[in-house]
Amino acid sequence: MKCKVCREHAVVDIRRHNAGFCQDHFLEHARNQVARAIKEFKMFRADDRLLLAVSGGKDSLALWDILIDLGYDVTGFYLDLGIGGYSNRSKDLSISFAESHSAKLLVRSIETEHGFNVPELSALTGRVPCSGCGLSKRYEFNRAALEEGFEVLVTGHNLDDEVATLFGNVLHWNTEMLGRQMPVLDERILGEGDDARVALVRKAKPLVKLSERETAAYALLRGIDYVIEECPMVEGNTQHRYKHAITLLEESSPGTKSQFYAGFLRKAADRFRDAADNQADDSEVVACASCGAPTVRRGAHESRCSFCRTKDLAMKRKAEARRGPARRKSGA
Amino acid sequence: MRVKLRNPDRVVQVKGPKTVVDMLDELDIVPEAVLVIKDKTLLTRDERVDDSDEVEVRPVLSGGAGDGE
Repeated sequence: MKCKVCREHAVVDIRRHNAGFCQDHFLEHARNQVARAIKEFKMFRADDRLLLAVSGGKDSLALWDILIDLGYDVTGFYLDLGIGGYSNRSKDLSISFAESHSAKLLVRSIETEHGFNVPELSALTGRVPCSGCGLSKRYEFNRAALEEGFEVLVTGHNLDDEVATLFGNVLHWNTEMLGRQMPVLDERILGEGDDARVALVRKAKPLVKLSERETAAYALLRGIDYVIEECPMVEGNTQHRYKHAITLLEESSPGTKSQFYAGFLRKAADRFRDAADNQADDSEVVACASCGAPTVRRGAHESRCSFCRTKDLAMKRKAEARRGPARRKSGA
Repeated sequence: MRVKLRNPDRVVQVKGPKTVVDMLDELDIVPEAVLVIKDKTLLTRDERVDDSDEVEVRPVLSGGAGDGE
């Protein structure tokens, strides 16, 4: 196979483009796709301060490399989830990347910040690990961006991530989520006048035009050392199963993924915007009574966000587990 | 040829020569779900791999919470 640009030997084949690329032109293609997504969806401005959620995986490290290359002011944010050796290795790789690129990296630990790690959160609350992990990451990414004064939170969601999410939302006709599934989400302001404050920072996903295979190829060809192993808690994850099903479709009909996603954005996303807006109108959005993050008011009761309620449950059960043996001992 | 597979790490032998796509088919691996690596660079699916070659088949699909991993 020849490179479609220079006719030299190709190292990457992208069937949905019916094209092969040599190393240099593939790297250029990847950077162009990111630059195009940023421009097309008006994700951020050249002088915005960006906080990039970094996991040590191929997507976030490839995106970090590309954003640095494109000249953006980007700081990495690694959140240690406390998933044993997997978290240790992914943190080391994130730190190594930052050092080798002279890039800024902020590191926080969920255990230090909140008193539990992701495996504990799952065991204490009965939540599926990926659900508790996603909730914690969304919360901490936003908190870090606000506390550190960043204008935009950037994540490494790629085309496959977005297609798998879209597939799941369509399968379950989750119209509210379909109304919000965009490559960029505006910041959310709470309060009015002098009390107005940004409660949810602007979010952007510049990898939406690149498949997971392309981000992996980019990382490899750039010599980026990323964590290859799967998270040990991913077993049975729904998103993962959707990706495998969609990959089979893509293999037999190249272009299926991008047509599904681009078609949704072009022809359908607007039709679900009302569902998302109505949800927000019907149930008043207020500041969480514990942390101030936006949440939906629940009846006459004090409103607390999903993360604070989950955290309280985890800490309550952790305390009960600690008291348990002592109580038995004193009763003996 | 020696083929390194991931998650979990293991090595299998496949008789060469054959194209990358035929090698993956023999291993029951969907080409779209992997990269095939030889000498720190990538092979397209039409390339030939010989009996004496060592290649790595690296999965690209990641799962999880889907929050920007």
